[in-house]
Amino acid sequence: MPHSRFPTQPPDPVPNPPAAEPAPQAPASHPVDKDLSPHPSEPPRGHPPVAPGAPISRPVDKEPRRGGPGTPVSPAVPFARAAAPNPAEADALARAQGGDHQAFAQLYSLHKRRIYSLCLRMVGNIAEAEDLTQEAFLQLHRKIATFRGDSAFSTWLHRLAINVVLMHLRRKGLSLISLDEAMEPAPDEGPGRSFGTLDPTLAGAIDRLALERAIADLPAGYRLIFVLHDIEGYEHNEIASMLDCSIGNSKSQLHKARLKLRDALRTDTRQEARR
Amino acid sequence: MMEERNPLSCAAFQAQLPELIGSGEAIASHPHIRSCELCRALLADLETIAEAARQLLPIVEPPDALWEQIESAIKEEEGNPGKN
Repeated sequence: MPHSRFPTQPPDPVPNPPAAEPAPQAPASHPVDKDLSPHPSEPPRGHPPVAPGAPISRPVDKEPRRGGPGTPVSPAVPFARAAAPNPAEADALARAQGGDHQAFAQLYSLHKRRIYSLCLRMVGNIAEAEDLTQEAFLQLHRKIATFRGDSAFSTWLHRLAINVVLMHLRRKGLSLISLDEAMEPAPDEGPGRSFGTLDPTLAGAIDRLALERAIADLPAGYRLIFVLHDIEGYEHNEIASMLDCSIGNSKSQLHKARLKLRDALRTDTRQEARR
Repeated sequence: MMEERNPLSCAAFQAQLPELIGSGEAIASHPHIRSCELCRALLADLETIAEAARQLLPIVEPPDALWEQIESAIKEEEGNPGKN
Protein backbone atom coordinates (compact mmCIF):
# COMPACT_ATOMS: atom_id res chain seq x y z
CA MET A 1 0.00 0.00 0.00
CA PRO A 2 2.20 2.83 -1.23
CA HIS A 3 0.02 5.73 -0.18
CA SER A 4 -3.09 6.56 1.69
CA ARG A 5 -6.13 6.00 -0.48
CA PHE A 6 -7.94 8.87 1.25
CA PRO A 7 -6.34 11.99 -0.22
CA THR A 8 -8.16 15.26 -0.01
CA GLN A 9 -8.05 17.32 -3.15
CA PRO A 10 -8.06 21.07 -2.95
CA PRO A 11 -11.45 22.71 -3.24
CA ASP A 12 -12.63 23.37 -6.74
CA PRO A 13 -14.75 26.48 -6.56
CA VAL A 14 -17.58 27.06 -8.98
CA PRO A 15 -19.49 30.31 -9.00
CA ASN A 16 -23.23 30.79 -9.13
CA PRO A 17 -24.35 28.29 -6.51
CA PRO A 18 -28.10 27.73 -6.53
CA ALA A 19 -29.59 28.18 -3.10
CA ALA A 20 -32.72 26.44 -2.02
CA GLU A 21 -35.59 28.74 -1.20
CA PRO A 22 -35.15 30.20 1.35
CA ALA A 23 -31.44 29.90 1.95
CA PRO A 24 -30.56 27.59 4.84
CA GLN A 25 -30.17 29.43 8.11
CA ALA A 26 -26.97 28.93 10.01
CA PRO A 27 -27.55 28.19 13.68
CA ALA A 28 -26.89 31.43 15.51
CA SER A 29 -24.80 29.67 18.10
CA HIS A 30 -22.49 28.03 15.63
CA PRO A 31 -19.89 29.86 13.60
CA VAL A 32 -19.76 29.31 9.88
CA ASP A 33 -16.36 28.60 8.44
CA LYS A 34 -15.81 31.79 6.52
CA ASP A 35 -13.26 30.41 4.11
CA LEU A 36 -15.63 27.79 2.85
CA SER A 37 -17.72 28.74 -0.08
CA PRO A 38 -16.64 26.61 -2.98
CA HIS A 39 -19.19 24.95 -5.10
CA PRO A 40 -18.83 21.21 -5.51
CA SER A 41 -17.93 19.63 -8.74
CA GLU A 42 -20.21 17.26 -10.47
CA PRO A 43 -19.55 13.95 -8.76
CA PRO A 44 -19.40 11.61 -11.71
CA ARG A 45 -21.33 8.41 -11.53
CA GLY A 46 -19.75 5.20 -12.62
CA HIS A 47 -16.20 6.02 -11.70
CA PRO A 48 -13.53 4.43 -13.80
CA PRO A 49 -11.77 1.42 -12.30
CA VAL A 50 -9.20 2.36 -9.70
CA ALA A 51 -5.91 0.56 -9.70
CA PRO A 52 -5.00 -1.16 -6.42
CA GLY A 53 -3.26 1.29 -4.16
CA ALA A 54 -4.31 4.29 -6.19
CA PRO A 55 -5.85 7.28 -4.42
CA ILE A 56 -9.60 6.81 -4.31
CA SER A 57 -11.43 9.22 -2.15
CA ARG A 58 -12.20 11.77 -4.81
CA PRO A 59 -13.39 11.70 -8.37
CA VAL A 60 -10.49 12.10 -10.72
CA ASP A 61 -12.55 13.03 -13.72
CA LYS A 62 -14.13 16.24 -12.58
CA GLU A 63 -15.95 18.21 -15.20
CA PRO A 64 -14.12 21.11 -16.72
CA ARG A 65 -15.35 24.37 -15.31
CA ARG A 66 -17.35 26.66 -17.54
CA GLY A 67 -17.11 30.35 -17.13
CA GLY A 68 -14.86 30.20 -14.08
CA PRO A 69 -11.61 32.09 -13.72
CA GLY A 70 -9.24 31.09 -16.46
CA THR A 71 -11.87 29.20 -18.41
CA PRO A 72 -13.85 31.82 -20.24
CA VAL A 73 -16.75 30.66 -22.32
CA SER A 74 -16.67 31.95 -25.83
CA PRO A 75 -19.54 34.33 -26.46
CA ALA A 76 -20.12 32.40 -29.64
CA VAL A 77 -21.01 29.27 -27.64
CA PRO A 78 -24.54 29.28 -26.25
CA PHE A 79 -24.21 28.88 -22.51
CA ALA A 80 -26.76 26.08 -22.35
CA ARG A 81 -24.56 24.04 -24.64
CA ALA A 82 -21.47 24.89 -22.62
CA ALA A 83 -23.17 23.94 -19.36
CA ALA A 84 -24.65 20.73 -20.67
CA PRO A 85 -22.17 18.60 -22.58
CA ASN A 86 -24.94 16.33 -23.86
CA PRO A 87 -26.40 18.10 -26.95
CA ALA A 88 -29.89 16.78 -26.22
CA GLU A 89 -29.65 18.14 -22.68
CA ALA A 90 -28.29 21.47 -23.89
CA ASP A 91 -31.19 21.80 -26.27
CA ALA A 92 -33.73 20.81 -23.62
CA LEU A 93 -32.15 23.22 -21.15
CA ALA A 94 -32.32 26.13 -23.57
CA ARG A 95 -35.94 25.39 -24.42
CA ALA A 96 -36.93 24.81 -20.78
CA GLN A 97 -35.45 28.18 -19.92
CA GLY A 98 -37.76 29.63 -22.50
CA GLY A 99 -40.77 28.04 -20.79
CA ASP A 100 -41.12 24.87 -22.86
CA HIS A 101 -42.87 22.31 -20.65
CA GLN A 102 -41.94 19.38 -22.86
CA ALA A 103 -38.29 20.34 -22.55
CA PHE A 104 -38.61 20.57 -18.78
CA ALA A 105 -40.09 17.06 -18.74
CA GLN A 106 -37.07 15.94 -20.74
CA LEU A 107 -34.73 17.44 -18.17
CA TYR A 108 -36.67 15.63 -15.47
CA SER A 109 -36.21 12.34 -17.31
CA LEU A 110 -32.50 12.93 -17.67
CA HIS A 111 -31.91 13.77 -14.01
CA LYS A 112 -34.68 12.09 -12.03
CA ARG A 113 -32.73 9.00 -11.00
CA ARG A 114 -29.74 10.95 -9.85
CA ILE A 115 -31.79 13.43 -7.82
CA TYR A 116 -34.12 10.83 -6.38
CA SER A 117 -31.24 8.55 -5.42
CA LEU A 118 -29.50 11.47 -3.76
CA CYS A 119 -32.60 12.37 -1.74
CA LEU A 120 -33.27 8.76 -0.81
CA ARG A 121 -29.74 8.16 0.39
CA MET A 122 -29.67 11.40 2.34
CA VAL A 123 -32.92 10.89 4.22
CA GLY A 124 -33.25 7.09 4.09
CA ASN A 125 -37.01 7.26 3.64
CA ILE A 126 -38.93 6.68 0.40
CA ALA A 127 -41.87 9.00 1.09
CA GLU A 128 -39.60 11.85 2.14
CA ALA A 129 -37.34 11.23 -0.83
CA GLU A 130 -40.29 11.53 -3.20
CA ASP A 131 -41.44 14.76 -1.57
CA LEU A 132 -37.93 16.18 -1.70
CA THR A 133 -37.43 15.18 -5.32
CA GLN A 134 -40.67 16.92 -6.17
CA GLU A 135 -39.61 20.03 -4.28
CA ALA A 136 -36.21 20.03 -5.98
CA PHE A 137 -37.76 19.94 -9.44
CA LEU A 138 -40.34 22.54 -8.50
CA GLN A 139 -37.53 24.82 -7.41
CA LEU A 140 -35.68 23.99 -10.59
CA HIS A 141 -38.72 25.07 -12.56
CA ARG A 142 -38.88 28.36 -10.66
CA LYS A 143 -35.18 29.08 -11.03
CA ILE A 144 -34.21 27.56 -14.33
CA ALA A 145 -34.31 30.88 -16.14
CA THR A 146 -31.67 32.18 -13.71
CA PHE A 147 -29.18 29.47 -14.62
CA ARG A 148 -26.33 31.16 -16.44
CA GLY A 149 -24.02 28.27 -17.16
CA ASP A 150 -21.30 29.22 -14.70
CA SER A 151 -21.13 25.55 -13.75
CA ALA A 152 -22.42 22.40 -15.38
CA PHE A 153 -26.20 22.25 -15.24
CA SER A 154 -26.11 18.87 -13.50
CA THR A 155 -23.81 20.32 -10.82
CA TRP A 156 -26.11 23.26 -10.32
CA LEU A 157 -29.20 21.05 -10.07
CA HIS A 158 -27.41 18.64 -7.75
CA ARG A 159 -26.47 21.41 -5.35
CA LEU A 160 -29.99 22.80 -5.50
CA ALA A 161 -31.35 19.37 -4.50
CA ILE A 162 -28.90 19.08 -1.63
CA ASN A 163 -30.00 22.47 -0.37
CA VAL A 164 -33.60 21.32 -0.52
CA VAL A 165 -32.76 18.24 1.55
CA LEU A 166 -30.74 20.23 4.08
CA MET A 167 -33.58 22.73 4.45
CA HIS A 168 -35.92 19.84 5.09
CA LEU A 169 -33.62 18.31 7.70
CA ARG A 170 -33.26 21.64 9.44
CA ARG A 171 -37.00 22.09 9.50
CA LYS A 172 -37.21 18.71 11.17
CA GLY A 173 -35.25 20.03 14.10
CA LEU A 174 -31.61 20.39 13.27
CA SER A 175 -31.91 24.18 13.27
CA LEU A 176 -32.57 24.37 16.98
CA ILE A 177 -29.20 23.15 18.09
CA SER A 178 -25.74 22.99 16.71
CA LEU A 179 -25.32 20.42 13.99
CA ASP A 180 -22.13 19.40 15.75
CA GLU A 181 -24.27 18.20 18.61
CA ALA A 182 -27.13 16.95 16.50
CA MET A 183 -24.83 14.79 14.45
CA GLU A 184 -23.27 13.18 17.49
CA PRO A 185 -25.18 9.97 18.12
CA ALA A 186 -25.83 8.54 21.54
CA PRO A 187 -22.85 6.65 22.99
CA ASP A 188 -24.42 3.26 22.37
CA GLU A 189 -24.86 4.16 18.70
CA GLY A 190 -21.18 4.88 18.27
CA PRO A 191 -19.04 2.60 16.18
CA GLY A 192 -16.59 0.26 17.79
CA ARG A 193 -12.91 0.97 17.66
CA SER A 194 -10.56 -1.80 16.76
CA PHE A 195 -8.27 -2.74 19.61
CA GLY A 196 -6.89 -6.00 20.85
CA THR A 197 -8.22 -8.65 18.48
CA LEU A 198 -7.81 -9.11 14.77
CA ASP A 199 -11.33 -9.76 13.54
CA PRO A 200 -12.13 -10.88 10.00
CA THR A 201 -11.70 -8.07 7.53
CA LEU A 202 -13.84 -7.15 4.58
CA ALA A 203 -11.25 -8.76 2.31
CA GLY A 204 -11.36 -5.90 -0.14
CA ALA A 205 -14.87 -6.64 -1.41
CA ILE A 206 -18.29 -5.42 -0.37
CA ASP A 207 -21.65 -6.48 -1.69
CA ARG A 208 -23.39 -3.43 -3.09
CA LEU A 209 -26.78 -4.25 -1.62
CA ALA A 210 -25.26 -4.91 1.79
CA LEU A 211 -23.56 -1.54 1.63
CA GLU A 212 -26.78 0.23 0.59
CA ARG A 213 -28.57 -1.44 3.51
CA ALA A 214 -25.85 -0.50 5.96
CA ILE A 215 -25.89 3.11 4.76
CA ALA A 216 -29.66 3.29 5.16
CA ASP A 217 -29.29 2.01 8.72
CA LEU A 218 -26.74 4.63 9.73
CA PRO A 219 -27.81 7.27 12.24
CA ALA A 220 -28.98 10.35 10.32
CA GLY A 221 -25.94 12.50 11.00
CA TYR A 222 -23.48 9.83 10.00
CA ARG A 223 -25.47 9.02 6.88
CA LEU A 224 -25.60 12.63 5.79
CA ILE A 225 -21.85 13.11 5.97
CA PHE A 226 -21.08 9.73 4.43
CA VAL A 227 -23.42 10.28 1.49
CA LEU A 228 -22.13 13.77 0.82
CA HIS A 229 -18.45 12.83 1.06
CA ASP A 230 -18.01 9.24 -0.02
CA ILE A 231 -20.88 8.88 -2.48
CA GLU A 232 -21.51 12.37 -3.80
CA GLY A 233 -17.90 13.46 -3.77
CA TYR A 234 -17.99 16.65 -1.72
CA GLU A 235 -14.92 17.80 0.17
CA HIS A 236 -14.88 18.31 3.92
CA ASN A 237 -14.72 22.08 3.55
CA GLU A 238 -17.74 22.02 1.25
CA ILE A 239 -19.66 19.82 3.68
CA ALA A 240 -18.70 22.03 6.60
CA SER A 241 -20.00 25.02 4.69
CA MET A 242 -23.24 23.29 3.76
CA LEU A 243 -23.90 21.98 7.26
CA ASP A 244 -22.51 24.90 9.26
CA CYS A 245 -20.20 22.61 11.14
CA SER A 246 -16.45 22.55 11.51
CA ILE A 247 -14.18 20.75 9.06
CA GLY A 248 -12.87 18.68 11.95
CA ASN A 249 -16.40 17.64 12.79
CA SER A 250 -17.03 16.61 9.21
CA LYS A 251 -13.87 14.47 9.22
CA SER A 252 -14.73 12.96 12.57
CA GLN A 253 -18.32 12.12 11.59
CA LEU A 254 -17.20 10.59 8.32
CA HIS A 255 -14.70 8.42 10.13
CA LYS A 256 -17.31 7.27 12.62
CA ALA A 257 -19.71 6.56 9.76
CA ARG A 258 -17.12 4.37 8.04
CA LEU A 259 -16.39 2.56 11.32
CA LYS A 260 -20.09 1.99 11.84
CA LEU A 261 -20.45 0.65 8.30
CA ARG A 262 -17.46 -1.61 8.87
CA ASP A 263 -19.12 -3.03 11.97
CA ALA A 264 -22.36 -3.64 10.09
CA LEU A 265 -20.69 -5.18 7.05
CA ARG A 266 -18.50 -7.46 9.14
CA THR A 267 -21.58 -8.60 11.06
CA ASP A 268 -23.18 -9.41 7.71
CA THR A 269 -20.07 -11.31 6.67
CA ARG A 270 -20.03 -13.32 9.90
CA GLN A 271 -23.73 -14.17 9.56
CA GLU A 272 -23.19 -15.26 5.97
CA ALA A 273 -20.32 -17.47 7.08
CA ARG A 274 -22.50 -19.23 9.68
CA ARG A 275 -25.15 -20.16 7.11
CA MET B 1 5.55 -13.77 12.57
CA MET B 2 2.66 -12.09 14.37
CA GLU B 3 3.57 -8.56 15.28
CA GLU B 4 3.24 -7.44 18.85
CA ARG B 5 0.17 -5.32 19.45
CA ASN B 6 0.09 -2.36 21.70
CA PRO B 7 -3.52 -1.48 22.53
CA LEU B 8 -2.61 1.94 23.89
CA SER B 9 -0.68 2.75 20.82
CA CYS B 10 -3.57 1.56 18.65
CA ALA B 11 -6.01 3.72 20.63
CA ALA B 12 -3.84 6.76 20.20
CA PHE B 13 -3.32 6.10 16.51
CA GLN B 14 -6.99 5.48 15.83
CA ALA B 15 -7.89 8.68 17.63
CA GLN B 16 -5.76 10.51 15.07
CA LEU B 17 -7.16 8.63 12.08
CA PRO B 18 -9.99 11.02 11.12
CA GLU B 19 -7.53 13.87 10.81
CA LEU B 20 -4.86 11.73 9.13
CA ILE B 21 -7.30 10.40 6.56
CA GLY B 22 -9.00 13.75 6.04
CA SER B 23 -5.71 15.52 5.50
CA GLY B 24 -4.71 13.14 2.74
CA GLU B 25 -1.45 12.21 4.39
CA ALA B 26 0.30 9.05 3.29
CA ILE B 27 -0.96 6.94 6.14
CA ALA B 28 0.57 3.76 4.77
CA SER B 29 3.98 5.04 5.69
CA HIS B 30 2.95 5.99 9.23
CA PRO B 31 5.21 4.15 11.71
CA HIS B 32 2.25 2.67 13.54
CA ILE B 33 0.65 1.28 10.39
CA ARG B 34 3.93 -0.27 9.35
CA SER B 35 4.17 -2.14 12.64
CA CYS B 36 0.55 -2.94 13.48
CA GLU B 37 -1.39 -5.58 11.64
CA LEU B 38 -4.61 -4.65 13.41
CA CYS B 39 -4.58 -1.03 12.33
CA ARG B 40 -3.47 -1.99 8.83
CA ALA B 41 -6.54 -4.21 8.59
CA LEU B 42 -8.74 -1.41 9.90
CA LEU B 43 -7.36 1.03 7.38
CA ALA B 44 -7.76 -1.45 4.54
CA ASP B 45 -11.41 -1.96 5.49
CA LEU B 46 -12.10 1.76 5.63
CA GLU B 47 -10.51 2.17 2.22
CA THR B 48 -12.62 -0.68 0.86
CA ILE B 49 -15.77 1.00 2.16
CA ALA B 50 -14.84 4.37 0.67
CA GLU B 51 -14.04 2.77 -2.66
CA ALA B 52 -17.27 0.76 -2.68
CA ALA B 53 -19.24 3.93 -1.92
CA ARG B 54 -17.67 5.67 -4.89
CA GLN B 55 -18.92 2.91 -7.13
CA LEU B 56 -22.54 3.21 -6.01
CA LEU B 57 -24.71 4.42 -8.83
CA PRO B 58 -27.91 6.45 -8.70
CA ILE B 59 -29.87 3.43 -9.74
CA VAL B 60 -33.08 4.07 -7.91
CA GLU B 61 -35.92 4.97 -10.23
CA PRO B 62 -38.56 7.28 -8.78
CA PRO B 63 -42.17 6.15 -9.19
CA ASP B 64 -43.84 7.19 -12.45
CA ALA B 65 -46.52 9.02 -10.52
CA LEU B 66 -43.95 11.46 -9.21
CA TRP B 67 -43.71 13.30 -12.51
CA GLU B 68 -47.48 13.63 -12.62
CA GLN B 69 -47.38 15.22 -9.17
CA ILE B 70 -44.60 17.58 -10.20
CA GLU B 71 -46.38 18.53 -13.39
CA SER B 72 -49.58 19.15 -11.48
CA ALA B 73 -47.76 21.30 -8.92
CA ILE B 74 -46.11 23.31 -11.70
CA LYS B 75 -49.46 23.97 -13.34
CA GLU B 76 -50.90 25.00 -10.02
CA GLU B 77 -48.01 27.41 -9.43
CA GLU B 78 -48.40 28.86 -12.89
CA GLY B 79 -52.07 29.38 -12.18
CA ASN B 80 -51.16 31.21 -8.96
CA PRO B 81 -47.94 33.02 -9.87
CA GLY B 82 -47.77 35.00 -6.65
CA LYS B 83 -48.06 31.96 -4.44
CA ASN B 84 -44.37 31.02 -4.32
